[in-house]
Amino acid sequence: MTNAIEISGLTKRFGPILAVDHVSFSVTQGEVLGFLGPNGAGKSTSMKMITGFLRPDAGRSQICGHDMDSDPLAAKRKIGYLPEGAPAYGDMTPASYLKFIADARGLTGAKRAQGLEDAIARSHLEHVLYQPIETLSKGFKRRVGLAQAILHNPPVLVLDEPTDGLDPNQKHEVRQMIRDMAAEKCIIISTHILEEVNAICSRALIIAKGKIVADGTPHDLETRSPYHNAVTVVTAPQALEDMVALLKALPDVATLDIEDQPDSHGCVKVTAFPQEDRMIINQISAALQGCELPVREMTVERGRLEDVFRQVTLSDAHNAA
Amino acid sequence: MLTPLWTICRRELASYFATPVALVFIVVFLALSAALTFFVGNFFVRGQADLQSFFMWHPWLYLFLIPAMTMRLWAEEHKTGTIEMLLTLPMPLPAIVLGKFLAAWLFTGLALALTFPIWIAVNVLGRPDNGVIIASYFGSFLMAGAFLSIGACLSAVTKNQVIAFVLTACLCFLFTVSGSPVILAFFSGWAPEGLLSLVAGLSFLEHFQAIMRGVVDVRDGFYFLSVITLFLFMNTVIVEWRKA
Ligand SMILES: Nc1ncnc2c1ncn2[C@@H]1O[C@H](COP(=O)(O)OP(=O)(O)OP(=O)(O)O)[C@@H](O)[C@H]1O
Ligand SMILES: [Mg+2]
Repeated sequence: MTNAIEISGLTKRFGPILAVDHVSFSVTQGEVLGFLGPNGAGKSTSMKMITGFLRPDAGRSQICGHDMDSDPLAAKRKIGYLPEGAPAYGDMTPASYLKFIADARGLTGAKRAQGLEDAIARSHLEHVLYQPIETLSKGFKRRVGLAQAILHNPPVLVLDEPTDGLDPNQKHEVRQMIRDMAAEKCIIISTHILEEVNAICSRALIIAKGKIVADGTPHDLETRSPYHNAVTVVTAPQALEDMVALLKALPDVATLDIEDQPDSHGCVKVTAFPQEDRMIINQISAALQGCELPVREMTVERGRLEDVFRQVTLSDAHNAA
Repeated sequence: MLTPLWTICRRELASYFATPVALVFIVVFLALSAALTFFVGNFFVRGQADLQSFFMWHPWLYLFLIPAMTMRLWAEEHKTGTIEMLLTLPMPLPAIVLGKFLAAWLFTGLALALTFPIWIAVNVLGRPDNGVIIASYFGSFLMAGAFLSIGACLSAVTKNQVIAFVLTACLCFLFTVSGSPVILAFFSGWAPEGLLSLVAGLSFLEHFQAIMRGVVDVRDGFYFLSVITLFLFMNTVIVEWRKA
């Protein structure tokens, strides 16, 4: 089977700025790819090239086997696209706008009616259908953009910050919608909300300064965090010194991170980082069994995407500087 | 190609009527053309049953009304980002360019058609040569198309509507007056004869006046159609070029 999205060597330069620098990846049906990166990393620019709005300086993008350069219409038919900021004609109403998009996409008859009905229902636009788009709130405008993207039930969805500006209920709703569609589609979303990546993405791709700096499942990326499999022990301040001594003595513990300022409950925290690829929770709990030290809480850290994000995007900036 | 063209055209037409653009354009066009005909053009004083004093103002009315109408055509799409939607829809670019142009042209045609009371009036008052009047309407419509194509093309150059307006008005002015003695005097003396007649031949005014006199020559119609084709082609090239 051909990949739904196949990107190779995509490059875009704006004057002196190299916005996207030889980006290659492919995405298959069933995958939800989270596109992450700091502001100005080149996420939107990449998406504009994938969807055929911008012509790349080099490289190619293929959608379901159709080359965007040599067969743009066939490729564009396969894509639903929500551009950054969800632009739409302000003087139209959601109803007339969606009908226009349906016509522009060549939908007719029952397919058109069904597509409109589904898109409107999924984006909860029923109550604003006849209100000019320019008078809608930011969240509703975004929903109009989403409705427009899924109208023709495309196999490929490219969504640039789909949940930006939505209230928590709507965020949840949109994530649910993406999850529902995930199996039968290939979806790329860009986002700055890392918890969203954990919630819906089967794969995350971090780019910085136009280059891919990390690519893997959210879980893979978390394992790159120094906090992955670290163990945090919460204890009383008077036991801190003994606790530190005990943890230091364990063979698989590499380093310790000590927070000796008592928190609001009057407790202090010690985080033990394992030697490479070791699990230290067993050792620690065994060692703690044999002594009288007070333990309020003990947790194994999974490693946070946020730490990995900062690590890969900042270290890249240092390298470049 | 035809279906997308019509889809775009319908949307554009709807947007003229959803905004005050339609109302303002039609009211100002009708009011000004009537005022100019009766008060400045001496329609009654001339005592002739024709619409010369009506049609002679059309190039000058178009000169500022049409740039105002076309300035938003592409500039606004770039400004609001809707261009990104438009160009990622599965429609050939020439269909989009033509659809936008056609909507503007049909709309201008509507404004022109709404001047029909003046035609009725002149028929009530006398016995005009209706063949000449029909030819003049046709010529005016063609000339409007030429103005519109220049406006559409220049609107694609910028995302700033004011710049689009000023550029269009300037270029349309040059096209209108390029046959006038002032312009020709500027060229004569140093420019070769061929260039001189080329510049003179570009004049909207000359071609339109020829049609207005009732001298129906295919070449005048062909001239306006060539201008439209040329500028719409450049319009397509500019939109395509701005994607890079
Ligand atoms: N039309 C343009 N002209 C000049 N530079 C541009 C243009 N579009 C984008 N850029 C530059 O390209 C770089 C990448 O921009 P892009 O919009 O792709 O970033 P992004 O990853 O989407 O950021 P954000 O998270 O803020 O949306 C930025 O440095 C931006 O200034
Ligand atoms: Mg962006």
